[in-house]
Amino acid sequence: MEPISHVAGRAIAFGRKNVDTDVIIPAAYLKTITREGLGKGAFETVRAEPGNVFDEPANAGAPILIAGDNFGCGSSREHAAWALLDLGITCVIAPSFSDIFSGNAFKNGILTVPLPQAAVDRLMVVAAAGDTVDVDLEAQSVTTRFQDRFAFEIDPFRKSCLLGGLDEVGLTLARGDAIAAYEARAATTMPFLSGAVQAA
Amino acid sequence: MTQSPRTLYEKIWDAHVVETRDDGTCLIYIDRHLVHEVTSPQAFEGLRVSGRKVRRPDLTLAVPDHNLPTTARRDAAGRPIPIADADSALQLAALTRNAPEFGIRLIGDSDAEQGIVHVVGPEQGFSLPGATIVCGDSHTSCHGGLGALAFGIGTSEVEHVLATQTLLLKRSKTMEVRVEGALSPGVTPKDLILHIIGVIGTSGGTGHVIEYRGTVFEGLSVEGRLTICNMSIEAGARAGLIAPDDKTFAYLKGRPYAPTGAEWDRAVAWWRSLATDAGAKFDKSVVIDAASIPPTVTWGTSPEDTVGIGGVVPDPASFADPSKQEAARNSLAYMGLSPGQRMADIAVENIFIGSCTNSRIEDLRAAAAVLKGRHKAASVKWAIVVPGSGLVKAQAEAEGLDRVFLDAGLEWREPGCSACLGMNPDKVPPGERCASTSNRNFVGRQGPGARTHLVSPAMAAAAAVTGRLCDVRELIREEASA
Repeated sequence: MEPISHVAGRAIAFGRKNVDTDVIIPAAYLKTITREGLGKGAFETVRAEPGNVFDEPANAGAPILIAGDNFGCGSSREHAAWALLDLGITCVIAPSFSDIFSGNAFKNGILTVPLPQAAVDRLMVVAAAGDTVDVDLEAQSVTTRFQDRFAFEIDPFRKSCLLGGLDEVGLTLARGDAIAAYEARAATTMPFLSGAVQAA
Repeated sequence: MTQSPRTLYEKIWDAHVVETRDDGTCLIYIDRHLVHEVTSPQAFEGLRVSGRKVRRPDLTLAVPDHNLPTTARRDAAGRPIPIADADSALQLAALTRNAPEFGIRLIGDSDAEQGIVHVVGPEQGFSLPGATIVCGDSHTSCHGGLGALAFGIGTSEVEHVLATQTLLLKRSKTMEVRVEGALSPGVTPKDLILHIIGVIGTSGGTGHVIEYRGTVFEGLSVEGRLTICNMSIEAGARAGLIAPDDKTFAYLKGRPYAPTGAEWDRAVAWWRSLATDAGAKFDKSVVIDAASIPPTVTWGTSPEDTVGIGGVVPDPASFADPSKQEAARNSLAYMGLSPGQRMADIAVENIFIGSCTNSRIEDLRAAAAVLKGRHKAASVKWAIVVPGSGLVKAQAEAEGLDRVFLDAGLEWREPGCSACLGMNPDKVPPGERCASTSNRNFVGRQGPGARTHLVSPAMAAAAAVTGRLCDVRELIREEASA
């Protein structure tokens, strides 16, 4: 995962509420065995609408997406995060996110920034006018050239992983002794849960 | 020191903490991992690239389901029929290659036990009460019907679980959904969960694990409970739970991967101890009167867009929230509906009975009970019944349900995810309507431009007969007076 500390630039003023992962990337595009190239299917149904924000030439390559409440609800497909990355989006600002999507985004170095609806509404105005938005992970703030400044919350562990571009699997593997100790304990306290399947 | 009262969720969580970090994040042990072909290829590739192994192949089970066509898989001579879609074939081949390479048991497309992961897990006794269960699929919440803590994960987490058998998680908030009383005749678990989602909304459970409590859930069969918990994710909750009881134990006993002998007895004793303690606190509580719930259908493009079958399409202006008004206007435009239209007047051309929500034997029995001695309407162009697994299919055929469906003019298919999502050949044509027993009515979910109405198996069968969304109780009354 690439370290991320600062995302600044054009923001796509999307604003829609309850954007589900079928909208972010339809199922027809999930038949891939790699993580690349999913941008071509991203927001397909929205992009079929004339005058949609994604196909505005000025928004090409914009690193920030602004959306409504409950962004990323629905399926667990990480393809939604990969599709955003393929479009060049590394930060999503919304009043709230689905639990699974925000986890997937984090694991791919996409910063999800929860802000109150009023702040999102203000940033929508700024973005729609073509002005840039500045997201500083270290300072946990979103700013504009109009002196807007909105603070946001982020889990400290996620913050440190994003800043350091850390490999979570590697971090957990380093806790191998603790995992083995748990397994030894569980084998006596909950033996009926261990060793279900004869491996191939 | 006496321990303060705990909920079912908190007891399962506490039993699975490997270690707690300073910030409160916990490393949680995962007891069961189901793997399917769509969300696993990049995870296996990640392991390969970094030279990592699967820590516990014996806690992992792989089953293909999303991409498989539901038409015949073997020709008359018993030879496998190749899959026409090259991308689907590639993804399925990746699972067939990855599972043995990493030592994982694969239930392949030609095995009698193959099916939708969320049907296969409980059916095989792989999913157990009190276990932590994950799968790269949001409907993993389904297994909570057995009293397991089960939730969907993304592909990076699939890789994390394969490599470490753990996940780094923050404890969720707890939410109680209590439904007391008795369901009216003709009202099924699907109607119940659609109604609940309508009440709490599609983000009402975000950040929470729901426990379904009260006499109604106690009265449901295990399969009905799986249907309820399956759709917890549509209310935003990552997991749903129903306390395991004698019905759960009777359902699991003797299944292939369930414990046996003294271990079974020990397991049952532990499972019984998991029920939420008297006095345990929930962060949020919703109470619903069972008698108020009608057969329920959806009118829009979010699972929260529910209405009783006797109701009408709502006016977008009737919603207080301006963004919901806009969403409703967009939904009605997509669905081709107008405010005030009676739900029971809406004609449907397609019927889908299947999916991880509603493809178990009781679902098929409920649909067959309505279809027996009847025929689908001439206006219904496409009507398929897709059993959740090979074992469900065999059971249905032993009971003669396949004959009922075929005689009624419906198609009887091979097991898989089918028309729940547009990944395999089973799709609803653009602009056409489908009465579907699946779980999502999202834009384009059943195929580009497809219009989905979520219903119960009995209601889907009634829609097949009448060619419109229809109150199944009308057909039941017809029978009674005949």
